[in-house]
Amino acid sequence: MMTTGIVESRGQALAIHNLSLEFPTFSGAIKALDNVSINVAKAEIVGIVGESGCGKSVTTMAATGLLPKGRYRVTGGSVRIFGHSTLAMDESQLQDVRGKMVSTIFQEPMNALNPTIRIGKQLTDVIMRHEEASLTDARRIARDILADMLIGEPERVMNLYPFELSGGMRQRVLIAMAFSCNPGLIIADEPTTALDVTVQAVILRLIQNRARRTGTSVIFISHNVAVVSQLCDRLYVMYAGRIVEQGATRTVLDAPQHPYTQALLRCLPERVAPKQELEAITGAVPNLMHPPAGCYFQPRCKEAVDLCRSRSPQLEGADGRQVACWRRGVGPEISEQGSRQ
Amino acid sequence: MTERVHTITRPVLEVSDLNVRFPASRDWLGRPTSHVHAVNGVTLQVRGGRSLGIVGESGCGKSTLAQAIIGLAPYEQGRVAIDGQDFQTAQGRQKRDLRQKMQIVFQDPQSSLDRRLPVWRLISEPLHIRGGHSNAELHAKAEQLAAAVGLRPEHLDRLPHEFSGGQRQRIAIARAISTDPDLLVLDEPTSALDVSVQAQIVNLLLKLQRERGLTYLLISHDVALVRHFCDDVAVMYLGQIVESGPADEVLGNPRHPYTQTLLASAPSFETPLPTLAELRIGELPNNRKLPTGCFYRERCAKAVAGCEAPQVLQRLGDGRRQARCHLAQG
Repeated sequence: MMTTGIVESRGQALAIHNLSLEFPTFSGAIKALDNVSINVAKAEIVGIVGESGCGKSVTTMAATGLLPKGRYRVTGGSVRIFGHSTLAMDESQLQDVRGKMVSTIFQEPMNALNPTIRIGKQLTDVIMRHEEASLTDARRIARDILADMLIGEPERVMNLYPFELSGGMRQRVLIAMAFSCNPGLIIADEPTTALDVTVQAVILRLIQNRARRTGTSVIFISHNVAVVSQLCDRLYVMYAGRIVEQGATRTVLDAPQHPYTQALLRCLPERVAPKQELEAITGAVPNLMHPPAGCYFQPRCKEAVDLCRSRSPQLEGADGRQVACWRRGVGPEISEQGSRQ
Repeated sequence: MTERVHTITRPVLEVSDLNVRFPASRDWLGRPTSHVHAVNGVTLQVRGGRSLGIVGESGCGKSTLAQAIIGLAPYEQGRVAIDGQDFQTAQGRQKRDLRQKMQIVFQDPQSSLDRRLPVWRLISEPLHIRGGHSNAELHAKAEQLAAAVGLRPEHLDRLPHEFSGGQRQRIAIARAISTDPDLLVLDEPTSALDVSVQAQIVNLLLKLQRERGLTYLLISHDVALVRHFCDDVAVMYLGQIVESGPADEVLGNPRHPYTQTLLASAPSFETPLPTLAELRIGELPNNRKLPTGCFYRERCAKAVAGCEAPQVLQRLGDGRRQARCHLAQG
């Protein structure tokens, strides 16, 4: 019942193709993203998982033009949001894309709301800017969407300041704001990390219900694999600025093929008997100023062979399921794949 | 190690009827006019070599409880005893000795380590405060402790900012075990860390417990971690323990409605996202003015007549489990 939406429409909400990006510093460039490709179909909920610093937020911030100007350099690739190429846009064009086509929910609801402006005005400003609605209409839209986020007495809440709300309420206001102009794509960047599990489950449900009902695509960024497994249709696993595996959530989590995905799942206390030793990943994330040769996971990988240390594996596989690993790619003929590059 | 058999039976930590409140407002003479009631009558016991997990939402008083136990938050009512000795009434030398028997590891190793001290000084700081050691002795001791937590000797002269979050937490753990404590209070020790690093720290803590017979009090909001790490668990709501017992039983078959909601909302690989009807939207009630009757009544889906009476922790079935709900008995 949940997956019918994806099959119906084949249109792309977001198409990131081979995006490479670096942050120049005095001591050299940090290669934050390397050949990242992410596709999100209309009405699809896609998860991006990975540990801190793997580039999951940078990917979406680059796509929506939210990275600080002049501090980064795109070294290749393209981004299309509903067919519009955003990398070449100037600020005023981006403002038309953000809010109307794509909007972002951030992790810290307190930092994302203006503390000196009442909730109602913050909501109606956005709606009036993008929908060209009158103030009365905008207030009605705002009230309806707050009620949809299960906020009791929306009229009263609209007259409050952000500090008067609890963390869970603030996050629901932000989700209301993100959905208020009916964007086709919502980027949720760790929206529940700062919240309690009881509130988190409500927030996830509200995002999922609204997205399914309105046919909105969602990119859900998280480090919590269990949350992604409950919410997303498909997921991408990122490691050190590269996508290492992607596929339908169930398939990837039940039968992970990349050694990093396997190791990540083995670290979780959910999956072992109490008091048993967890299989921690040895070593540390590579320094992206001087990344290792070949596969980035190779220094920590138990199965690495010579080929892994010399050449980078590409994401290979049928559309639904791709893995970037020499040991588990699409076919057994490793040498043949290598010569094709 | 012959001592260990000994320690397993006697309680290392005993807390009885502990109440912690903080003044929230004062009149013009500076006398408190209202209080935040953070911990409301907590009684618990941890036996030597075992681990007790405290779970609950933010604001339920679990961190205040940890601070009161360790002596960082003052309390007027109740008793905390370490190895059978009352901490609050202890004086002078006895109090200092008791302090050495319990240590705490905080959530954020960034702010719990002095950024101007080298690692060997950080690790040996508790011994330095106790006094009677030369610098060379402290350095040697720090080296031993560093090896026990998986730090290398060359790390000892570096400063905290040169380390990753996981390594900083190792430093904090080395410092905590430096006085050879009986009780280690772990206040969300892994919530600031990535899962792969969390696994390393959890393994380290379990290893130290096996080797040294440490007793742990783990404060966490992560149900999966508590299930993995702890022998027993206590669920807190608004400063009270609402359910307690062996971890596998309480987390496998929760009897209190709050525990049931908490477990249903915890993210899981096995179960789909609960529907909005299964979730109870709401927040902890204001703890300035405590509700009458059952504290959970207003959010509870099962509230019936009888819930307006204050609830007490009742023993269930075989007596190893307790729940603060008159409906849980059946």
